Amino acid sequence: MPPLLKLTDVSKAFGGVRALRAVSFDLLPGEVHALVGENGAGKSTLIKIVTGAHRPDGGTLEIGGRLVTDHDPLAARGWGVAVVYQQPALFPDLTVAENIAIALEPPGPWRRVRWNARRARARELLACVGARIDPDADARTLTMPEQQLVEIAKAVGTDAKVVVMDEPTASLSDREVETLFRVVRDLTARGVGVVYVSHRLDELPRIADRVTALRDGELVGTRAVAETTRADLIRMMVGRELGAVFPKVEATPGRVVLEARNLACRAAGVSAVSLSVRAGEILGLAGLVGAGRTELAGVLFGLTPADAGEILLDGKPVRIGSPAAAVALGIAYVPEDRRRYGVILDLPVAANVTLAVLRRVSDRGFLNFRRERGLAEDFARTLGVKVPSVEEPAGTLSGGNQQKVALARWLATDPRVIILDEPTQGVDIGAKAEIHRLIGDLAAKGLAVVLISSELPEVLAMSDRIAVMHGGTVTGVLARSEATQERVLELALAKGVPA
Amino acid sequence: MLIVLAVATPGFFGSGNLRVLLVGFAPTLVAAVGMTFVIVARQIDISVGAQFAACAVVVALLVRVGWPLPLAALAAILTGAALGAINGLFVAHLRLPSIVVTLATFFVLKEGLRWWRQGELIRDLPAFQWFGLSQTAGVWVVVGIAGAVFAAAAGAARNLAAGRAVYATGSDEEAARLAGLRPNAVTFGVFAVAGALAGLAAVLEAVQLPFVDPKAGTGMEMRVIAAAVVGGAAVSGGRGTLVGTLLGVLLLGTIGSAIVFLRLEAQWEEAIQGGIILLAVASDVTARRNR
Repeated sequence: MPPLLKLTDVSKAFGGVRALRAVSFDLLPGEVHALVGENGAGKSTLIKIVTGAHRPDGGTLEIGGRLVTDHDPLAARGWGVAVVYQQPALFPDLTVAENIAIALEPPGPWRRVRWNARRARARELLACVGARIDPDADARTLTMPEQQLVEIAKAVGTDAKVVVMDEPTASLSDREVETLFRVVRDLTARGVGVVYVSHRLDELPRIADRVTALRDGELVGTRAVAETTRADLIRMMVGRELGAVFPKVEATPGRVVLEARNLACRAAGVSAVSLSVRAGEILGLAGLVGAGRTELAGVLFGLTPADAGEILLDGKPVRIGSPAAAVALGIAYVPEDRRRYGVILDLPVAANVTLAVLRRVSDRGFLNFRRERGLAEDFARTLGVKVPSVEEPAGTLSGGNQQKVALARWLATDPRVIILDEPTQGVDIGAKAEIHRLIGDLAAKGLAVVLISSELPEVLAMSDRIAVMHGGTVTGVLARSEATQERVLELALAKGVPA
Repeated sequence: MLIVLAVATPGFFGSGNLRVLLVGFAPTLVAAVGMTFVIVARQIDISVGAQFAACAVVVALLVRVGWPLPLAALAAILTGAALGAINGLFVAHLRLPSIVVTLATFFVLKEGLRWWRQGELIRDLPAFQWFGLSQTAGVWVVVGIAGAVFAAAAGAARNLAAGRAVYATGSDEEAARLAGLRPNAVTFGVFAVAGALAGLAAVLEAVQLPFVDPKAGTGMEMRVIAAAVVGGAAVSGGRGTLVGTLLGVLLLGTIGSAIVFLRLEAQWEEAIQGGIILLAVASDVTARRNR
């Protein structure tokens, strides 16, 4: 049988970053081929090449035995490729039937809509995936799993030969997972091939035939699932290269500064989190994408205030209802996505640095520009921000320098706890090493540092202790001496593993 | 433009006309200052014209029942602030879009005023026109107050921590919240300030005539939004200066008089203003893109 999908030596780079290096992958009719790997291993890039969202820089893509050039998402539909994304991409204000119709009916602005046929088709497809959903309901009224089922119904309706599922079970309950598996088996029984991306290693033996592991954009290997143990898989996934040198200073942590006891927030999807961080300690927060690390930071910083459990600062219970309250208590948060939240691009560097301490640089409400400039220049010097003048808009700086400005803003508040969310994301190697040095310095000065990072080697190298999250809760805390990539990943992938 | 006018129409900048121009600008400038803060905070206020009319009626009625003018003026300013605060409450705390909220309050105020006053002029105002001073002195008081408000606002935008907070909120509300600022308070504040300034503008306009027309302020909102936008305030928030707004008021305001002087027909005024708005915004965006 010829493969439905065959990628040969596919490479892809973004800027200077190699996302995929000579990866080969194939999919047979009637097969479920699982794709596993850590954050940033290249799974998404591979999927996007199959769906036509990215073009490979090198290598070939064959679908149904024919070489594909000039691939794009619309052409992918013609080739019989359908994707079910982790985050369903339905139009919230259109009905379920309309959402399905957009994917299935031929395009053309003057085509008459046959409402009854449209509805009937939707009903039929939804029945096919075992979903009890009203085709006339607005998509926004559906739950996450229901939306996912609609996406799958769309894929079924296109008569796709290749269905790509990106973490389809991430938001599903056990019963819904069963329904999904039944749908997948129906598909494969009809000769459809399914590319199945999942972090839930436990479910692979029940659904997948083969599994391919990626690491750092490279192919580690393809195995038959029946002959592969969970430990094998984890061994295949870990072992990423260290991106830069991590000059970790050994420090002796002081007393506990921040402690969370059974912290929960429904809105943020965080539950039963208990952890503590000491003065002078770097607590790494590891976990896969969607494990709830940023959400936990949001709870600690008052963005989404906790609705159960306790936060203790210096042993005293505190209530953190807003970021302003967190700042007042000496908690700082340098957010992920610095271009969006970390710095305000329109404002000068100096104004960005002092934004959280306006009171300190003003006299009775009047800004003291000399003091502001002085403060900004001090920080620019100690953090090594490369900028001709602190009056330049922050938007003109490079990524690494913007990150330093974001860091400066929070250091200016003289915090006792600083939460750093992906501080080295998207910065070049040199700036990365510098930021690592700064983080080490902060801890050495007695700050309690919480470091969120998706780069496992970074977390391992920088942290004194590592709290691993999965599904909105902490599944385990490892001391530096006992933390290995395998153990962290084991906890990050865990389902109900005791801490 | 101003230079062209000076050359083409001797007499345009004669002291008489200049004074008329300046005193005409004053109320628009004061209201436009408030609008600039609203726009920089990434909001919009359609209701300023209606607030203006309501405040003009308030000051006139209070003077007629015997209140001293300064006290009545203060009452008008507070009325404006209260009306602005209502907008602010809806926008900042119920998180409704400001264009909808202020459109609604615009209609409610306008129609409420019409039902109440039936469009009747308010006359017989003792010691009202020009604050009871001579016309020359009165003109300078009006211009002086507007100038002082402008200078204070420009200083506040630059020198006050609160001004910085307005720019940060307008640039990115979420980023401002993450920085520990209180964007809700900023949003509420700009609406209240815009309302108070609309009240002051109404007083400055009302004292120029011996009576008050409850229909005054019609189209005011468009004029002040236009002035701020022509002056470089970005509707996407975070950018805009008061000096820019001053220039916008001067530029758009001069056109009306210029048309009279150039003997063009009056209906061209708004068409030309519209053209200038498009030109100003388009050139601003292009310049920004090329940088």
